[in-house]
Amino acid sequence: MTRHTLSVLVEDKPGVLTRVASMFARRAFNINSLAVGPTEVTGVSRMTVVVDADGELIEQVTKQLNKLVNVIKIVELVSDNSVQRDHILVKVRADAATRLQVTQAADLFRASVVDVSTDSLTIEATGHPDKLTALLNVLEPFGIREIVQSGTLAIGRGSRSMSDRALRAS
Amino acid sequence: MSKGSPASPALLATKSHGHGGHAGGSSGAVSPAAQTAVVGPNNVVAPVQMTGSEALVRSLEELGVKDVFGLPGGAILPTYDPLMASSLNHVLVRHEQGAGHAAQGYAMVTGEVGVCIVTSGPGATNLVTPIMDAHMDSVPMVAITGQVSSSVIGTDAFQEADIVGITMPVTKHSYLVTNAQDVPRVLAEAFHLASTGRPGPVLVDVSKDAQQGLMTFSWPPTIDLPGYRPVFRGHSKQLREAARLIREAKKPVLYVGGGVIKANASQELLELAEFTGIPVATTLMARGAFPDSHTLHVGMPGMHGSVSAVTALQQSDLLITLGARFDDRVTGVLKSFAPHAKVIHADIDPAEISKNRTADVPIVGSLKEIIPDLTAAVKVEFDAGGAPDISDWWAFLGNLRDTYPLGWTEPEDGLMSPQRVISRIGALTGPEGVYVAGVGQHQMWAAQFVKYERPRSWLNSGGAGTMGYSVPAAMGAKVGNPDRVVWAIDGDGCFQMTNQELATCRINNIPIKVAVINNSSLGMVRQWQTLFYDSRYSNTDLNTGHDSMRVPDFVKLADAYDCVGLRCERVEDIDATIEAALAINDRPVVIDFVVSPDSMVWPMVPSGVSNDQIQVARNMTPVWQEED
Repeated sequence: MTRHTLSVLVEDKPGVLTRVASMFARRAFNINSLAVGPTEVTGVSRMTVVVDADGELIEQVTKQLNKLVNVIKIVELVSDNSVQRDHILVKVRADAATRLQVTQAADLFRASVVDVSTDSLTIEATGHPDKLTALLNVLEPFGIREIVQSGTLAIGRGSRSMSDRALRAS
Repeated sequence: MSKGSPASPALLATKSHGHGGHAGGSSGAVSPAAQTAVVGPNNVVAPVQMTGSEALVRSLEELGVKDVFGLPGGAILPTYDPLMASSLNHVLVRHEQGAGHAAQGYAMVTGEVGVCIVTSGPGATNLVTPIMDAHMDSVPMVAITGQVSSSVIGTDAFQEADIVGITMPVTKHSYLVTNAQDVPRVLAEAFHLASTGRPGPVLVDVSKDAQQGLMTFSWPPTIDLPGYRPVFRGHSKQLREAARLIREAKKPVLYVGGGVIKANASQELLELAEFTGIPVATTLMARGAFPDSHTLHVGMPGMHGSVSAVTALQQSDLLITLGARFDDRVTGVLKSFAPHAKVIHADIDPAEISKNRTADVPIVGSLKEIIPDLTAAVKVEFDAGGAPDISDWWAFLGNLRDTYPLGWTEPEDGLMSPQRVISRIGALTGPEGVYVAGVGQHQMWAAQFVKYERPRSWLNSGGAGTMGYSVPAAMGAKVGNPDRVVWAIDGDGCFQMTNQELATCRINNIPIKVAVINNSSLGMVRQWQTLFYDSRYSNTDLNTGHDSMRVPDFVKLADAYDCVGLRCERVEDIDATIEAALAINDRPVVIDFVVSPDSMVWPMVPSGVSNDQIQVARNMTPVWQEED
């Protein structure tokens, strides 16, 4: 199974997230991660969907997504030509004895400490999913108490915008 | 660097450019529907103040709707008031499921959008089955449901159901309208979506306050569907490639599905078939798309298809697939299906292409455009490279067609054979009639033994397999085609699911004819029990037929509905009974044809095996000719 990152422009209408999620469920496609938010165009949202699928299956995923009336455009972003980032907040056990080691580890990953208490630190990090996995591996021995992580966000490299051509027609 | 590669060029072309088919698109044809996206005569109506419910009814009128099927209730009450004074013919059904199937039947015979209107909660959930049925069989339908007021949505209010959520997987699209001002646009979009591209059901859920609220009505509204751009013209390069494969093929077959009927492309298909001389197989959904009497027709493929049609697909070296979807009932075990065939797959829905069987030449577009373009491309190809000789292929298929015609053996219990009853109905009524089946053995026999010569003369629940489809769908068909004889060919099991619509038919002067093929059992299930469960008949005896309690008595039931009830139990009475029914046109007729429960549907490809193992009768496979 190969990992695919799909950027999907959708109309910002009620239920659009449900339509996408429900389609994945009923067609037995697996969503690895999903992130949704507004774009530079009013009324248009962008979903970044990461899917594990082989060649023919990813084509079906794309076709089925395209059938949804609220879906305007789909582009697959390959890692060579795009920037892909996840965002993570992680609460790590850290008392006076280990606090410095934890903050140094965070520094190595250009992560920042966003909250401190007597026995814990909360670290915020952004990066490619592989980098975040590495960060978690380093933090793990200190004791991870809580993790919250976003879906992958992805954008194409270069000056062109995904929404240019898709929305000009309408 | 570019921003990324399109996920599927073949496909994204259809969304992001809004023109021209596959892999880049050549025709540049903007969808014709985009210019006249609002269905109907597009009368200009200057702004006028009215309520949402008045706007709903007025929009239906402006969309050209003449007939609607429905049943009122609390949340749709505001709309039923202006409905009373409108030009719409509203048929009051006895169960919401009947309204849905009637809208389907209406749409199937007329080609127009079928409309049903029901209330919220259970009224709406009773529509789920017909909506799912319409979705599976690509029937253009708009279902309008009342919804509780927007202020109480989400509070589990009386008769509240999230019908948009419930039907999401089985609609082409759906709307929840909570603002009266949105009503005309949403209805115009719903009709556009239902009737263009791959047709399907669209749900419009209208809250009670949106019906009661004031709005300014004007017509036509502006349709705003930036993500919906169906492709109509097939890509010319793919058409040329398809033509090349057709010239090279030794064993080509036209695998014709219901899409040809939906696209009104029967005439175009006839021209392609007659020019190329390629055998034609019509699937269950395509019966009538090509005349049964035509010499190029080899029959219906699939689990209960004819030997010649099943074999034509199975041994083909080129499947020219037109508006069909490689359903499991056609392919049998998919990986063993037509193992030596290349596949040309033309369909208006890109997602059908390479869904089940990978296509060598995909062509996205309307068959109305693709088929004549393909015929033209084939002419060019034949002119350049010569027409192929497929006489050996025809000799093989012709021999199969002659050796294994559809037929039946008379049952040993002395009761009538259902196949004979159904074939006589077809013979005495003729190809101008409309035949609407339920689901089960009688459906298969009606597909096999009625001879279809024209599109839109055969209706059934193909993909969904909805028992109970027949009577209400026949009712809708009769409303759509009042001058045609409409037969509901039903089973005793199916008939008991929806026969309440006889009341609707009687009261509204919709004189359908119902042939209950009464084998006193859930016949198809019983057949499987005979074949695969050692004849242990678990819960399939319905006690409606010969030598049973006869509950209900279908003749008495017809009588209770003030319909004509006839019973036929002897072979020698079949013709006279059918002729008696054909002579009655002032009310519905129900005929109780008491037939043998032991008759089985043959041929049959048992579930889970290759189509090579088709049986013409129990444990009897055809003797295959030596291939050359």
